[in-house]
Amino acid sequence: MSNEELKVKITELLPAATFEEGGEWLTINIDPKDWLPLAQQFRNDDSLYFDYLFCLTCIDWKTHLTMVYHLSSVKHRHNIVIKSKLDRSNPEIETVSHIWKTAEFHEREVYEMFGVNFLNHPDLRLLILPDGWEGRNPLRKDFEDTINMIKL
Amino acid sequence: MWSFSNIANNLHKWLSETFNPTMTLIIEMVLAGVAVIGLFAALGLVLVIMERKVSAWMQIRLGPNRVGPKGMLQSLADTLKLLVKEGLTPNGADKLLFNLAPFVAMIVAMLLMAPIAFAKDFQLWDLNIGVLYVSAISSIMVISILMAGWASNNKYSLMGAMRSGAQIVSYELSAGLSILAVVVMTGSLQVSDIIHSQADGWWIFKGHIPMVVAFITFIIAVTAETNRAPFDLAEAESELTAGFHTEYSGMKFALFFLAEYVNVFIVCAIGATLFLGGWMPFHIGNWTQFNHVMDYIPSSIWFFGKTFFLIFVIMWFRWTFPRLRIDQLLNLEWKYLLPISMINLLIVTAMAILKWHF
Amino acid sequence: MFEEVGTTTEGDIIINVGPQHPATHGVLHLVITLNGETIKKVEPHLGYIHRSIEKMCESLSYRQFIYVTSRMDYLSSHINNHACALCVEKGLQVEVPPRAQVIRVLMDELTRIASHELWWGAMAMDLGAFTPFFHAFRERESINDIMEETCGARLTMNYMVPGGVMQDLHPNFQKKVKEFMQLYKRKIHEYDELVTGNIIFQNRMKNVGYLSAEDAVSYGCSGPAARGSGVSCDIRKIYPYEIYDKLEFDEVLETGGDSFARYMVRIREMQQSIRIIEQLIDNIPEGDFQAKTKAVLKLPKGEFYTRVETARGELGVYIVSEGGTTPYRIKFRSPGFSNLSVLDHIARGSKLGDLVAMMGTLDLVIPDIDR
Repeated sequence: MSNEELKVKITELLPAATFEEGGEWLTINIDPKDWLPLAQQFRNDDSLYFDYLFCLTCIDWKTHLTMVYHLSSVKHRHNIVIKSKLDRSNPEIETVSHIWKTAEFHEREVYEMFGVNFLNHPDLRLLILPDGWEGRNPLRKDFEDTINMIKL
Repeated sequence: MWSFSNIANNLHKWLSETFNPTMTLIIEMVLAGVAVIGLFAALGLVLVIMERKVSAWMQIRLGPNRVGPKGMLQSLADTLKLLVKEGLTPNGADKLLFNLAPFVAMIVAMLLMAPIAFAKDFQLWDLNIGVLYVSAISSIMVISILMAGWASNNKYSLMGAMRSGAQIVSYELSAGLSILAVVVMTGSLQVSDIIHSQADGWWIFKGHIPMVVAFITFIIAVTAETNRAPFDLAEAESELTAGFHTEYSGMKFALFFLAEYVNVFIVCAIGATLFLGGWMPFHIGNWTQFNHVMDYIPSSIWFFGKTFFLIFVIMWFRWTFPRLRIDQLLNLEWKYLLPISMINLLIVTAMAILKWHF
Repeated sequence: MFEEVGTTTEGDIIINVGPQHPATHGVLHLVITLNGETIKKVEPHLGYIHRSIEKMCESLSYRQFIYVTSRMDYLSSHINNHACALCVEKGLQVEVPPRAQVIRVLMDELTRIASHELWWGAMAMDLGAFTPFFHAFRERESINDIMEETCGARLTMNYMVPGGVMQDLHPNFQKKVKEFMQLYKRKIHEYDELVTGNIIFQNRMKNVGYLSAEDAVSYGCSGPAARGSGVSCDIRKIYPYEIYDKLEFDEVLETGGDSFARYMVRIREMQQSIRIIEQLIDNIPEGDFQAKTKAVLKLPKGEFYTRVETARGELGVYIVSEGGTTPYRIKFRSPGFSNLSVLDHIARGSKLGDLVAMMGTLDLVIPDIDR
């Protein structure tokens, strides 16, 4: 399906979604509350059938956090980008690890690097950071480590 | 000719003339002990360097070539290194068993030297059940492996020891049955009888197909018994980082290492004795000239030549094949080798009774 | 599908494989719950070689950050650099000259062959056969010599720049690559006889670690790990970049789903890479090897995503730019990260010896996973 057809289909699934212009793939902005039902529809709907989550990450804009999901379909070969704004002081979003199992590791990484709490995640704990690392999230822009960080 | 048996006889005569009989016996026992230990040391050095050079030749590289001419003194350097290493005992290890295990392995290897005939009339102890003795004593090897694995207080060692225990006990059956094939043809368990029965041709030629089958099962079974690749799960480096001898270092590790190589020598010696004629030279039927030339080569050269050829074949296996998984290994034994050896034994018995051999 | 193994039952032992271990390629720490010889749960502990590359790149300029990525998946370093250069070019909207495109593809395919060679040698060594390792490194040496003449380095070859390649090919390049091709086509038969046809190898790899196609897609597997289960995911065919759409080569798919299928996919991929190199080596166009770009690069405000096919799978580079000289956020979607998550799923119920075969066929390189 082309970007226009996807736009039409998604607007009928979730009227509250807004679209961003530019970029080669369709980019939609949604509210974190709407993510889980939309994700399930993305996975189960036959014409969309997004079964391959190939990138899950987070960006720290200094006033808020944005979760970014890149989805693709092996059958139809279309791609889509989903973004969701999170509140910086209490970032929470539903997990999708039961829909796309690759999300389990990716969400653990976002949890430790940005501090986003994934609700109903089966095993949310530190992945790459050493055991016993507490508090500060390294990939946030306000992360300070005077001993180990050298600013160029 | 200065053959081994001549030297031994002359020495015995001189000793019995100089000392009283008890003293002679004691001196001879001491000399035999020293000779065996000397042979051990020499074998250890030679086999280690042989393994490294053979593996290098098969892997298109040079192998050790710095220490000594063409690297021949490499094992001396290795021995020195192992002697001066610190011998650690891990913290919760069972001290008695931990220290005893390598010595049990060495004792087994030394005991097995007794019935082997190194040259014509040159055997430490020609007992009338020589072959049975060899088979029985080599089973004790498994005890030392289990002791080492258990006493190390390390899960990896224990797993390696368990695997090894299962493997050795299973493969002894096939090894025993293939040895029995030769015993049936000869009619005697005595090692010198077996060698003398091959005076008109080695068993592997006289016994044609069933004997070749027995020989092949014997080689496979003894490779498994001595924990050599492709059956070296007990020390599988890539899975268990050295298995049952992970925790050993220094002299104790050197003893295990030496015991493994000497075991390989001994089983190849047994194979050469039973199937390839021991110290008997290679005769072909009626070619008297050829036979006469073959007779000039001393019997000890024949024996060592055959043994080292079999050692080379076993080393060849190690560098060619990957490792079998434990369940595949036990499958191979119980479902394939054991039935084949049993049926083969039946055929060999029929062959011996009906005189269908050469 | 996440059954809780919960507390260990009677008779379970927990062993640590790694972080220093001869079979894990790199520092991977697996905590395995075993019952006898059967695996009940595998839990990877990562982070032993985490160098915070993503955070580092936020303070490096667009020309500098490319070379940090050579150290991510060091066996396909050209391809990593290529991905970053493509992403920056997408942002700058720069046309890469045809000569540079052909040189880049040639280097990529040579790197792919070198990476698969090392995988093959190391995998055979893990299964217990020590000799193929030396054969594999013999071929790798020839490729490394070719790379050393042109790029100056043998492992982390910092050769790609946004706009093309750093300098032109060495005059001996074509001749040496042609000689290497002649030699290599004879040698690849040796590998089939020595390893692929060996019944012990086949028994160690067949029916070990079955991964179904749906699971492969759900767990995000890519590259040969997914193609061994029949999932068509070769980025060079589906979303072609550079000149891959003009080249003739097959996407290798096997439907077995077990370790042997993944093994055969890589062996056939080596043959396909040879095909690609043969088509290109005589037809390198003349011209510039680098497009003209400014000395200090500034990407416009926006987000750019590029995907390439490394030897391990799909590498994604996601750059978020605020218009400055350094990226605002970079995310590297590494293939090993998703391929590792499938290890627990396929290892349950197998034996410890099979784990080595599975890790080998998934071709994990840990610096790629930890970044």
